[in-house]
Amino acid sequence: MKVIFKFWLILGVLIILSPLGLLLPAHFKAGSAWGEWGADTFKELVGYIPRGLEKFSHLWSAPIPDYAFKGWEEKGLGYLSFAYIVSAIIGVLVIVCVVLLIAKFLNKKSNL
Amino acid sequence: MHIPDGYLGPATCGFFYAVMLPIWALAAKIVKKTLKNRQVPMLAIGAAFSFVIMMFNVPIPGGSTGHAVGAVLVAILLGPWSACIAITVALVIQALLFGDGGITAIGANCFNIAFVMPFTGYYLYRLISYRCPVNSKRRVIAAGVAGYLALNIAALFTGIEFGLQPLLHHTTIGQSLYCPYGLNVAVPVMLGGHLLVFGWVEAIVTALAVSYLQRHSPELLVEKKVNS
Repeated sequence: MKVIFKFWLILGVLIILSPLGLLLPAHFKAGSAWGEWGADTFKELVGYIPRGLEKFSHLWSAPIPDYAFKGWEEKGLGYLSFAYIVSAIIGVLVIVCVVLLIAKFLNKKSNL
Repeated sequence: MHIPDGYLGPATCGFFYAVMLPIWALAAKIVKKTLKNRQVPMLAIGAAFSFVIMMFNVPIPGGSTGHAVGAVLVAILLGPWSACIAITVALVIQALLFGDGGITAIGANCFNIAFVMPFTGYYLYRLISYRCPVNSKRRVIAAGVAGYLALNIAALFTGIEFGLQPLLHHTTIGQSLYCPYGLNVAVPVMLGGHLLVFGWVEAIVTALAVSYLQRHSPELLVEKKVNS
């Protein structure tokens, strides 16, 4: 039980440090991950926007795109760091709930 | 390494969903048998840990970014099948809530990151640390090597999936419909970043965590008879 508590503590520290994953790339002027660009970027990269890519790239509009709140894109790195931490907390909470649900479902089935 | 929507054609997306469905079903079946209630919090932590680790984007100065996954560490602690479920949950939440990775590419992303990576990493770790005691140095090295190689193998698969698209889908005038980069570009670029930078991050995270566990909770590193 004690081990589990320690792990949650480490996870909490990681969440607080998570904006490093935003600030370091910004500091070193690194772009997005390779193969994770928006559709418009292809105009510069290869001279045209692949048609299928353009069609499917807007298939899903995520509620917290790229771990930033909608409309906050132009705000400073401080705001974005805050949104990043909130995103991490939301993500962790949802993931824990989903895992608990899956575990409950699997356990229930085995009792039948 | 999270493939967004639109980069893979419908055939590739469908193929990987079809491949993953039986893997998920088998994982659920195996985990159901072995998952005791007290392991449930560990499964939740494993999924949450992987999710948070993937937020730590590491820059190549002036170039692209990438990140570790933590899948090998989760597989060492929980077994590859539980790791598959944990990482799948993290990837699905990333796609749905944060648009990190596409909805249509969940099958492919899960194949690379939640299946190939934990399984190759787990068995490499077991192979290299074969018959050595829980507190041996070789385990730390095994964890690092397994982390490094498994992330790169996952990146290689991702590169191949990207690179096949221009061959599979193009217009009569030669324009690609989906990812426009062929194997000759996608594979070396995907591997390059991971071999040079991101793989080392995965190696260090995995090795440090195993070294920490050796000192503080060695019981977690004892292999169970059943691969859960």
